[in-house]
Amino acid sequence: MTTKTRLSTAPPRLAEDEVVLQVSGLDVDIDTPKGVLRAVNDVSFTAYSGRTIALLGESGCGKSMTAKAIAGLLDPVAHVTGGSVTLAGTDLAALTPRQRLKFAGPELGIVFQDALTALNPVYTVGTQLGEAFRIHHGLSAKTAKAKAVELMGHVGIPQPETRVNSYPHQFSGGMRQRILIAMAVALSPRLLIADEPTTALDVTVQAQIMDLLRSLRAESRMAIVLITHDLALVAEEADTVAVMYAGNVIETGPVREVFAEPHHPYTKGLLDSVPVGAERGDDLTSIAGSPPELHDIPAGCVYQSRCPLATALCRAERPALQATGDGREVACHFWKELAVA
Amino acid sequence: MSPQLPDPQLPPGGRAIAPPSTQAMTLNVVESLPDKKASLFRLLLRDRFATVAAVVLVLVALTAVFGPVLMGDLATKQNLSATNRPPFSLADGWQFFLGSDSLGRSMLARLVVATRTTLSVAVPAVLISLLIGSLWGVWAGYHRGRRETISMRIGDVIMSFPSLLLAVVVLYVFNPSIANIVLILALTRIPIYLRTARAESAELQSRTFVDAARTFGTAPNAIIRRHVIPVVLPTMLTLATLEFCYVMLAESSLSFLGIGIQPPDVSWGLMVAQGRQYLQTAWWLSLFPGLAIVITTVAANMLAAWLRIATDPAQRWRLTLPRKRFIARLSPKEVK
Amino acid sequence: MPDVAEAPLLDIRGLTKNFHVASAKNGNNVLCALDKIDLHVNRGETLGLVGESGCGKSTLARTLLMLERPDEGSFAFDGVDPFTLKGKALLAWRRRVQMVFQDPFASLNSRMTAGEIISEPWLTHRDLYPTAAARAARVRELLMLVGLRASDAGKSPQEFSGGQRQRIGIARALALGPDIIVLDEPVSALDLSVQAQVLNLLNDLQQRLGVAYIFISHDLSVVRHVADRVAVMYLGRIIETGTAEQVFERPRHPYTAALMSASPRLDAVEGRRERIVLRGEMPSPLDPPSGCRFRTRCWKATDLCATTPPLPSSPAGEPDHLAECHHPMELGEDSGRLARAS
Repeated sequence: MTTKTRLSTAPPRLAEDEVVLQVSGLDVDIDTPKGVLRAVNDVSFTAYSGRTIALLGESGCGKSMTAKAIAGLLDPVAHVTGGSVTLAGTDLAALTPRQRLKFAGPELGIVFQDALTALNPVYTVGTQLGEAFRIHHGLSAKTAKAKAVELMGHVGIPQPETRVNSYPHQFSGGMRQRILIAMAVALSPRLLIADEPTTALDVTVQAQIMDLLRSLRAESRMAIVLITHDLALVAEEADTVAVMYAGNVIETGPVREVFAEPHHPYTKGLLDSVPVGAERGDDLTSIAGSPPELHDIPAGCVYQSRCPLATALCRAERPALQATGDGREVACHFWKELAVA
Repeated sequence: MSPQLPDPQLPPGGRAIAPPSTQAMTLNVVESLPDKKASLFRLLLRDRFATVAAVVLVLVALTAVFGPVLMGDLATKQNLSATNRPPFSLADGWQFFLGSDSLGRSMLARLVVATRTTLSVAVPAVLISLLIGSLWGVWAGYHRGRRETISMRIGDVIMSFPSLLLAVVVLYVFNPSIANIVLILALTRIPIYLRTARAESAELQSRTFVDAARTFGTAPNAIIRRHVIPVVLPTMLTLATLEFCYVMLAESSLSFLGIGIQPPDVSWGLMVAQGRQYLQTAWWLSLFPGLAIVITTVAANMLAAWLRIATDPAQRWRLTLPRKRFIARLSPKEVK
Repeated sequence: MPDVAEAPLLDIRGLTKNFHVASAKNGNNVLCALDKIDLHVNRGETLGLVGESGCGKSTLARTLLMLERPDEGSFAFDGVDPFTLKGKALLAWRRRVQMVFQDPFASLNSRMTAGEIISEPWLTHRDLYPTAAARAARVRELLMLVGLRASDAGKSPQEFSGGQRQRIGIARALALGPDIIVLDEPVSALDLSVQAQVLNLLNDLQQRLGVAYIFISHDLSVVRHVADRVAVMYLGRIIETGTAEQVFERPRHPYTAALMSASPRLDAVEGRRERIVLRGEMPSPLDPPSGCRFRTRCWKATDLCATTPPLPSSPAGEPDHLAECHHPMELGEDSGRLARAS
């Protein structure tokens, strides 16, 4: 769906490749029956305007928790205990909740996985879409509703003038996701966080939604942080990728290069287990074992228990993210050996 | 086989999703509790309020069972030279520590004996309504359709009568024996269990593991026994604990009105009623039995609140979190 | 590969299933979930069933497991129609078809142990393993067969990961020794690395035990890897069938082509690939379009498509590759051309 006109609320376009989000050394701890455990450890990445960075990892790797930490939506048992999150020059962690509301409300949009639970079932869609305008721009209910209609048309919902009075359950899954996206981009944020936005959708609807996100991004040059476990989606939609495992970022870089030539054994293992081009009847290469439990994360490299290249060094010393040229980084002692293999 | 519509939770354009990662994470972290009963006990000890509540209830139960034997005939022995003695003095002997009533009977002894009567009304009433209501509700909820509708309407009819009024009418017509009181209280509370059990059972019968059991050809009663009842039981027990309070208060109200427990039997409610006319002068006649009712009710409530979380495997981990003051939390500025 | 001259294990023709619902906007109160389905599965092979939500694949799965009774059509399982059986005979037939469910968290009762879950089918089929010792031994065998440890029998589902829970589900499905297992999105809820392990396990089991699979999935790369033959469903009809190679390499129905195109590909260069993006969404099954059901979203639709439902046709040289379309995709037709709504 191509969007034709720019939203009347859009601020001036961002410059190309401006740093929008800078996450440095983010730590998140959670209270569990086994004590305080670290769920996200020393995570750093950068999101640029007009580009998409993907946080790629399997369930439990901490990618969703990182997103929630950035958005200030952590579960009460989880706390940010270190690092900084800088959005357009302002450190979000240093803000009080009220300041965060005023600042991050218009600058940060977030789209969740399950649209049905993210929308309030007892308010009409128009009310929910207009909420952002009423809170941040002080518009009256009527003006906010008109803006909501405009927004709905912008994201490709047919007959927005009538449908603005419908309730969330009266829309299909794909339409609801569009509404969520509309809510997220209502105030033209500089950053959009999309947490598994298409996992719950059928593949044809997924294509439509990703199309929409791409056109919105082109129009306002916002940065997108795409959180997903789907490698193919990352290959098609993202510019850069940060691969996460057991709460740590273990590889970053431009998607094309990372997927063509992974530097980390985990990334390589993931790429090998995708059933593309495998013959019928052949076994897929799979990574043995499963990710460590939160309380079982080893000292030293987090991937040691499943890594074919693990040695005593890996067990003793946790590799830090080191630059490997071309804007790529990897946290592995033996990445050079992997490149040769 | 009950007819099943296409899955209503999947609208066009969507499909079922994987569980959210926080839930997955906490599920992974929950310890496997080796011995279920012993660990439930340990869990109870972690919660101060629930432990106190449990202790209180155990004391009440023990008093009901052993108290009357220990008190002998002290509860009925009248001593007309020691009427309306105030409490908290041992001048007349230990049995008058809580004072005496207008016939010189020991308040302490009467309180103890009344415990048994009160509990012997409340506990059977709760058990009867729990058993009938739950089984009926589970059956109706599983089968759905007409059986469910008819059961619900019957429940509605029972509920639409104010239960106390119904009890008054019935006990006025028939004589107010303990058995009749138990039966009428049980009857009026059945719909509570019926509705809750039905709702849970109806939700469960569409769950995937129940579907799986159907694919083996398992008969409906076997499915109910194996899958529905174990899941519904904890909710029912929590409900029963709360209902216990209500039934106790209902019995007290009936006795207060004069159509509950009849003298020479004694219950807490009856004691409150009998002390009513002396509230200005001998306040202890109503206060102590009233206090007994309040303490027991509050204890049962606290235990029910704990039970609700403890018996749900998905929520139980919240009770095992380390206590707040032992967690050292650094503010973001201090780290670095 | 199984011997195709043999009669199919499962042969379904004209299967129809309707549901009665509260009236829809157009006054229709009959929801046609399955509309004259023709399907067959040979012994020991894997049939992939592809389709999006609302296409009726769950209803089809439930009907195959005899949880729903079809309204019309013939259902031949090894020559016998199990819906005509009753009592003990029906119970015996239930052993031959089993199911593995999608959600590894919801399909296992969290209050039972793994051993109890796996041995539950035997409580209804007591003659299979009459003694407790025999049952315990078989539970251990099944656990090891699916790659778990024998000591896992006493653990409850919370103590396992998603992939391991799915293995328990597979062990349970194997407990009665079925000829066909229906797998409803068995790996969708699993992580990628675990997905590969489970797929390998399924493959291994099929080679060892000769069991047939009906593999329902929306993930085309997975279906491509596991299936011998593929059937594509849309709004209650099977709109294309053929071998995996035929359907994936040379899709004839526009919907199949759109599905292939919409699935993100790992080897794609970012943003450059031209994709078919279908307009609109799947219509409600209560109000299906006249003629060809897919015409409201199809970029090749003509007036003929609105008036006449298409009959299955096959291209020359591929008699088993059937598609229901008046304008099937031809060889070499550019299926990558963008088809956007105005």
